[in-house]
Amino acid sequence: MAEVNYSWPQNHKSRLIGKRVDRLDGLEKSRGAAKYTYDVNLPNQLIVRALGCPHAHCRVISVDATEAAKVPGVVLVHRINAPQSGEEPIEIRADGTLLVAVAAESDAAALEGVSKLKAQYELLESFTADHDLAAAEAKERTKRAGGGIELDEALGEPGDDEDEEEWEEKTIQGLFERSAYVVEGNYGVDAITHCCLEPHGTTLHWVDNKLKAYLSTQNVSQSDDGFAGGLGITADEVDVTCEFIGGGFGSKFQPNYWGIAAAEIAKQTGRPVKFMLSRDQELKIGGNRPSGFIKAKIGADENGIVTVWDSEHWGTTGFNGSTVSVGNFPYVFQPKNYRRKATGIITDNEPSVAWRAPNHPQACALTQTAYDDLAAKMQADSLDIFLRNLQNIDDPDKASVYAEELRIAADLIGWRRNWHPHGKGQKQGSVVEGLGIGIHKWAGTANSSNCLLKIHPDGGVESYCGTQDLGTGTRTVCAMVLAETFGLPIEAVKVNIGSSTYPFSGASGGSTTVGAVSESHRRAAQQALAALFELVATKLGVAADQLEAANGKIVVTGYGGKSMSWREACSLIGVRPLEITSSYQRGDASPLSSQNVGGCQMAHVAVDTDTGVIKIKKMVAVQDMGLIINRKTAESQIHGAMIMSISAALFEQRINDPASGVFVNSGLDQYRLPRLGDIGDLVVHLYEPESERARGVIGLGEPPVISGCAAISNAVCNALGVRVPTVPLTPKRVLDALRTA
Amino acid sequence: MWAYLPSLCEIFFVKNLNLAWRSFILSGGLNDVGDYRDPLFTLHADGIIMSQPPAQGFSRRNFLRGSGAAAAASTVVHSAAAQDTAAGSAVIAGETSIAVRINGESKTAKVEPRTTLLDLLRYQFDLTAAKPVSDDGSSGASTVLVDGKPVAASTVLALSVNGKEITTCEGLGDQIPQAFVAHDAQQCGFCTPGFVVAVRAFLSRHPDASEEQIRAGLNGNLCRCGTYAGVLQAAISLAKGNQNG
Repeated sequence: MAEVNYSWPQNHKSRLIGKRVDRLDGLEKSRGAAKYTYDVNLPNQLIVRALGCPHAHCRVISVDATEAAKVPGVVLVHRINAPQSGEEPIEIRADGTLLVAVAAESDAAALEGVSKLKAQYELLESFTADHDLAAAEAKERTKRAGGGIELDEALGEPGDDEDEEEWEEKTIQGLFERSAYVVEGNYGVDAITHCCLEPHGTTLHWVDNKLKAYLSTQNVSQSDDGFAGGLGITADEVDVTCEFIGGGFGSKFQPNYWGIAAAEIAKQTGRPVKFMLSRDQELKIGGNRPSGFIKAKIGADENGIVTVWDSEHWGTTGFNGSTVSVGNFPYVFQPKNYRRKATGIITDNEPSVAWRAPNHPQACALTQTAYDDLAAKMQADSLDIFLRNLQNIDDPDKASVYAEELRIAADLIGWRRNWHPHGKGQKQGSVVEGLGIGIHKWAGTANSSNCLLKIHPDGGVESYCGTQDLGTGTRTVCAMVLAETFGLPIEAVKVNIGSSTYPFSGASGGSTTVGAVSESHRRAAQQALAALFELVATKLGVAADQLEAANGKIVVTGYGGKSMSWREACSLIGVRPLEITSSYQRGDASPLSSQNVGGCQMAHVAVDTDTGVIKIKKMVAVQDMGLIINRKTAESQIHGAMIMSISAALFEQRINDPASGVFVNSGLDQYRLPRLGDIGDLVVHLYEPESERARGVIGLGEPPVISGCAAISNAVCNALGVRVPTVPLTPKRVLDALRTA
Repeated sequence: MWAYLPSLCEIFFVKNLNLAWRSFILSGGLNDVGDYRDPLFTLHADGIIMSQPPAQGFSRRNFLRGSGAAAAASTVVHSAAAQDTAAGSAVIAGETSIAVRINGESKTAKVEPRTTLLDLLRYQFDLTAAKPVSDDGSSGASTVLVDGKPVAASTVLALSVNGKEITTCEGLGDQIPQAFVAHDAQQCGFCTPGFVVAVRAFLSRHPDASEEQIRAGLNGNLCRCGTYAGVLQAAISLAKGNQNG
């Protein structure tokens, strides 16, 4: 077979790629026909509910299940984190940790069983004040989380007899003394939770000693290993299915301990089991994003170009005691001199997990609010300050792209028309408006992915890949790539994903999936097409490189319309289907995908200074992402990410009671998320000049969720002339900031 | 000055939030967001079906889901039950047969007093479009139509829909789902069926709704992926279609 040169079709030749294509499973979902893990009802299934620990920090001494077991309908009580009688107490470090599960004939019976469990706890002192570094130090609840210093070589080095740290301190202070402007500020980002609408969980059964599990997962291909590891069996004894997943933003990579418990209960009872977390448990233990609080000081020259950054930040990832990764500070901007230090705080919370663009939204907000405060201090235009500081960013090659993206965003939001110096806007009654900016980056490298492609002699096309569609449109992307390659309508290809029995494809995390499946599906399709071209070329007596697949035909180029229908061409394959297994390994250089995207967001807000309520009037996102496969779902991703940014900027926060440590707002009535009326006008611009297309496919899931929060905070500061230091910018925080200004 | 719907956590930041207190917040929270829905309209207590709206301060869900909640709410239950007896309601206990029409088909089922409409749909009829996202209805994901009116099926007892006409997303037809597809008003899709029913209910009341009305009127449903921009466009296109029609 001829060697295949992998490539994407030129823009003018693309029929599907880069176009707006409806998602293939859209109607199935919106009719309510799509079956999620929660929706799979297996005959004779048991429903499992669990007692979550009601204390943030305690020892579980005993759990008496006598009464629970007597509840009509209760079939089994299963200990997860609770001692058997005579065993040592178990220390619990997070509110909501599952202690004992109850399996019953109905959901209501399981819940009644849980309510009858009698647990004894020894309460231990809890600590959840992640914003309070001094208090954490006093309680010995801190851990070093890294740091370091970079200084311009021109500043020299410490002399042989000088203490290095003293010299660094002196040098940093010297830089501040020589700065035309110095800004100091405290900024913060509260912890938030994943709050997937379909909670974590599984519906599973054992069939002939093999575990068949429906799992709400972002990691189909490796969740059989996850179950196997937890159960002490091998992965070939487990099949995992996830056709649809109700929300996955970085928290659903494994079966978790409740998934293992479900499998154990199913084994013990010999019945299918459904074990989904309750809403309260989903918020408490389903995954959260670390908090970050920073004390930052920046010095700038007379043009507002930052020359020195000095920061100390802290926060929590829960009882494992880390915080937002120090390596991300300062964010995107990288002045020639910077010093940074991080301290983790050990709180009695569930450990954090990956949350869409791990570390970046916090680092962005904590850095770029300080840069905006520099503009405020200078009474300069924030856009000018951001543009000027593009000369010092961590990826200098991206500076011109950022500049162009900022120019486009400024036009779309009417920056020059609507901007006013911080705090100098015209009040309409009690309402004042403002504009703000944030810029961001993300790698988006393609994950590893294999694809099995079958071309049947009757012309049928089907593919198998163990990836998953989180709602990003992965299924549709796979089909578009195949259909584009074969010149077929998208309906003519059958894409199969969402099963661990299919060829391996990497977990969907870190914006790695669109690159992964584009690689594997394009490779398989180009290989298959090359094989088909050989057959057709022989039959037609032409050279294979004269052939093209288009409009359901294999066409001989330049031969006045000589062609063969797709079906006829496929009949040349013989009696067995043509099977191709393609493989892409993460990190392999490829013409089909690459990495490193950037983008910017701008927000236009209105703030009521009497009530502290903030409304989004408009947000603009400009995003580069290499070559775009499906313009329609790409835009949806960005819209969704902007709304998530609004959510984190204005609404979401985990609130722990300071005395008990209990997560008090763990329901959707009180854990506030934005609603349809909260979003204002959202404008998305996909930045895709030919230079971007030429880079190949790059992931898009994370980047647009990063800088919106900074943009909104900066817009509020521009409106008020006062920084509301910590997001979410709740009405109370706005009013507090105005009062203390 | 804008009305300020406060973050309840912010105002009622309390130590050791107890269940009775939580119940109060739940009923308040529902009214904030359930702008197009009827208020909680039916509840039961150990087999008592009430025809009156609940007294404020009572959460049906907490009552039926746990003995701790029952203790906290018992006073209110008794007074509410007393009112109800005065109004002449029936007392029902144990497993009971009900007859309903679901998506045009007559069905019978045996339900316990505590069985919710959502449990009935999902576990007895395998109609899983309505989703279990929040027991208190604050997500809107379990929205279905009962005699044409939208309700959160997780907040309604199955006994209370005896003899009624239930329409779930599965029975709504394709007009709204097609608009959702055209405007990509969905990502993971878990909230989508609830939103589809909500759009139907809203447009039934406001067939030629303006964009402003839609922005104000579709706030009973939560989406975590952030598909509101698409839902808004889908609803606008449907309202325009209504105007044109």
